[in-house]
Amino acid sequence: MQSLDIVREIVAGQISRDPSEVTEQTNLEEAGYDSLDVLETIFAIEERFKVRVPFDANDPKLKEMKTVGDIARIVEEAIGQRAPA
Amino acid sequence: MAATWQRVAAGETAIGPLVLPRTDNPPCPIAAQVLDFDANAHFTAKQLGALDRIAQFAVVAAREAVADAGFERGDPALTQADVIIGVGVGGMNTVDDSFYRIYAEQARGVHPLTVPKLMANASASQISMDLGLRGNTFAVASACASGTHALGLAFRSILHGDCDVALAGGAEACITHGTLVAWNALRILSRDTCRPFSRNRSGLVLGEGSAILVLEEWERAVARGARIYAEIVGFAGNADAGDLTSPDQHGAEMAMRRAMASAGIAPEDIDYINAHGTGTLMNDAIESRAIRAIFPGERLPLVSSTKGVLGHSLGAAGAFEALVTTLALHHQVVPPTANCTEPDEECGLDVVPEGPRQVAVRHALSNSFAFGGLNAVLAFRRHA
Repeated sequence: MQSLDIVREIVAGQISRDPSEVTEQTNLEEAGYDSLDVLETIFAIEERFKVRVPFDANDPKLKEMKTVGDIARIVEEAIGQRAPA
Repeated sequence: MAATWQRVAAGETAIGPLVLPRTDNPPCPIAAQVLDFDANAHFTAKQLGALDRIAQFAVVAAREAVADAGFERGDPALTQADVIIGVGVGGMNTVDDSFYRIYAEQARGVHPLTVPKLMANASASQISMDLGLRGNTFAVASACASGTHALGLAFRSILHGDCDVALAGGAEACITHGTLVAWNALRILSRDTCRPFSRNRSGLVLGEGSAILVLEEWERAVARGARIYAEIVGFAGNADAGDLTSPDQHGAEMAMRRAMASAGIAPEDIDYINAHGTGTLMNDAIESRAIRAIFPGERLPLVSSTKGVLGHSLGAAGAFEALVTTLALHHQVVPPTANCTEPDEECGLDVVPEGPRQVAVRHALSNSFAFGGLNAVLAFRRHA
């Protein structure tokens, strides 16, 4: 399974939706995400992909993470670097 | 107390490399730890068997506070004093040691006093027993606002005539590997240092310790010629009933407004605010907005966070900051925001980044905003 599909599955689970309702373009905030949903999603990704996602709540770049596709790209980068979890 | 004030006023940070047993690879390399504390200098081996590190800190701080307050031996107001101690976490070292024995070392048993060492009220109870204080004694838990709530309740207890003297403050000693792993999971720990209100702020740094204040009914304190550092004149607590971890501008603003209202003072009477100022992106932005909303177009009070020196000691933080605010009024010196190398213009406040500032301080507020959406604010007046 592509990482985008797994991220869609994780995001859908977080907001109690069916993965088919979640696409690469789904806007997280509009879907009901708050800051703690983001934290829990990143943790789920780290557990699932066995990677360490360099995510910091104090990083102003956080605001750039708006869509499901943005999360998937962060995962791809993390997999590329394969820092141990 | 004098040493703590000197460090805070000078902006000399207590944050340094982490010292922890049982881990070579902590998830965060720094903390503001009480590294020079020698428990054996304060307690016998028998006493230490019943005292977690948090209660050791609390009892030592309470002894210092009572000695400084200069009561006559056997003063009945002291022996009937309330003891109200804010605790965010409790006897975490006892929990950590015990679980390590059980899960890692497969030990069959743990120390027989494990339960009374780890209970949240241990600090309040141990102070009561150590100093023979028989008033209303309990712990207050409101995470990072615990110390402020404890002082606020003690203030009200004296105001209502329930007691003439109260020992109140906070204690925390929860820096363990497990605690750091958990805080790290929230992604808000800094890896370099705590830089409140600075553009380059990078998160909070955990601290530990205890600050205990002696509160005394005003007329009584004056009559016995007590050394009075400052007067607590107001307190308010409220809840955001919203987000679990993010602060709320409206809740913070209302807590400050209500604290001033309970003191019968107005925004223009405030010369200094000791901010919650954790050094996270979120807290400092929201707290500064709440402060600016209260002082629209008026002269803004000086604002500083002392967490750049003391770190964030959770349940003890509000008590440390109340102590610092009291001493700022006493010395008429506003302590700086240490490590604020690039004051964030978006915060729009004078956060005293350069060093201590000698100014007239008539009234001051001390802010605490906790996880769980709990806010507590104390208001103080100078004793001239």
